Amino acid sequence: MAKNINQIQDSLIEEFGLFEDWTEKYEYLIDLGKKLSPMAEALKTEDNVIKGCQSKVWLSAKFEEGKVIFEADSEAVIVKGLISMLIRVLSNQTPQDILQADLYFIDEIGMSQHLAQTRSNGLLAMVKQMKNYALAFSLKD
Amino acid sequence: MNSYRSDFPILDQMVNGKPLIYFDNAATTQKPKQVIEVLKHYYEMDNANIHRGAHALADRATAKYENTRKKIADFINSPSTEQIIFTSGTTGGINLVAQTFGRAFVGNGDQIIVSNLEHHSNIVPWQMIAQEKGAEIKVIPVSEVGVLDMEAFKSLLNSRVKLVAVNHVSNAIGTINPIETIISEAHNVGAKVLIDGAQSVAHISIDVQKLDVDFLAFSAHKLFGPTGVGVLYGKKELLNAMPPYQGGGEMIKEVSFAGTTYNELPYKFEAGTPNIADVIAFGASLDYLNSLSHQTIWELEKELLSYASKRLLEIDGLKIIGTAPQKIAVVSFLIEGTHPQDIGLLLDKYGIAIRTGHHCAQPLMQRFDIVGTCRASFAFYNTKEEIDAFVEALKKVVLMLK
Ligand SMILES: Cc1ncc(COP(=O)(O)O)c(C=O)c1O
Repeated sequence: MAKNINQIQDSLIEEFGLFEDWTEKYEYLIDLGKKLSPMAEALKTEDNVIKGCQSKVWLSAKFEEGKVIFEADSEAVIVKGLISMLIRVLSNQTPQDILQADLYFIDEIGMSQHLAQTRSNGLLAMVKQMKNYALAFSLKD
Repeated sequence: MNSYRSDFPILDQMVNGKPLIYFDNAATTQKPKQVIEVLKHYYEMDNANIHRGAHALADRATAKYENTRKKIADFINSPSTEQIIFTSGTTGGINLVAQTFGRAFVGNGDQIIVSNLEHHSNIVPWQMIAQEKGAEIKVIPVSEVGVLDMEAFKSLLNSRVKLVAVNHVSNAIGTINPIETIISEAHNVGAKVLIDGAQSVAHISIDVQKLDVDFLAFSAHKLFGPTGVGVLYGKKELLNAMPPYQGGGEMIKEVSFAGTTYNELPYKFEAGTPNIADVIAFGASLDYLNSLSHQTIWELEKELLSYASKRLLEIDGLKIIGTAPQKIAVVSFLIEGTHPQDIGLLLDKYGIAIRTGHHCAQPLMQRFDIVGTCRASFAFYNTKEEIDAFVEALKKVVLMLK
């Protein structure tokens, strides 16, 4: 059976627990960013751009067999790393689970600064948009 | 060690476990303790509303408030204090001119010239009034190194041009523009000139009479003073001819329902209770600046600019955006294969504050076909040691990202 949202969050927390300092954390994040599966160019439309980000961030979603599948990309690699984690946690889950998700891992791994309103990297907007997609799909369902 | 640093208490702190290196002075400068002290003293001793009370505190607050106006007049060599209008900042001053001068003197088919180097604050207010009036915005192009194309500027001039609005110094890339020539050429066709001095006043001395400039707008917070205060200087005949801006208290002489007569300059443009405390503290920042002289500041910052430019070029793939021969101490740069946002984020981990992004100058970014830059902007309290630490951190950051 696929892991649920909290199980995935817990494994991320465990992975980050191995790092000694911020450089290791960020190196890992950068690595995740570089490895994020590329988003189809056709999906990088203005409609899919998340507003309020300093770097361009695109997000698209599709609904398959009761699960929401997210694809995303960014011009900046750290944001891409953060996106990669969000996708790992929220993609391929049901709309209900996504809507109810409490993303505690961000705080636990010491990345909450990126979720703060004051940061213009759009992570907060990204989470909101992911939940919006989930809501839209749940209504369709 | 730089002896001015101790005047700026904020500089003495750790950020992310590292000593703070503040290289975001073009966004806002730090405040000397003399300014902070005046702010505190005002609220502890003098706080009152001005120009109305018949009591000791009101008198004291009014005198200090008006004294700042006098200091500003001296600072830019304004012929009178009435021509110094307090605003909320550069943006506030530009909007004031757009909504009063623009409303009264720009008509259908007229033109307003701006440059490709402008901050959004010196673009959008003109677009708004141009749209309302059916006027056109013309743009002075910028060369590859970030210098205004003066031949193109001259060819844009004609009798339909009512106003030329350009910055003295570009916030995004540091270019110092030839405003003397811009002003005299514009005057030759009867156009007025507004200079956005936001980025220049802290670094270059300005004499409004010698320049013969029609309007000058700037912000206290980029001049080692408080946020929320700015200045609009204007020629008296223009300010008198302009309709009032906002209505309210202070700006009126007499109000009745039959009609209202407006107050004289500068109060005609200062509706409502102003930012008294910050205006008074702004006076202290001018005193501080005068105690140093622009010459001293200029020498120190010129040194920092050439040192930083030289050291930054040690980094593989680093390109400086904006290499005008005349620049203030601002270095905008890009590093091949990296995004400015990543650089800024990781430098922050080293306690280093720079600005990344489009710097509210998107048309300029479009001109260079880039998404943004990393910008390090220096003030006289910065040091070569800080630049060394910055370059070393930057090298590590690039290694992480590549
Ligand atoms: C050239 C220039 N013009 C205008 C402004 C706007 O100044 P303020 O936000 O203080 O009104 C700035 C500030 O960044 C600037 O650099």
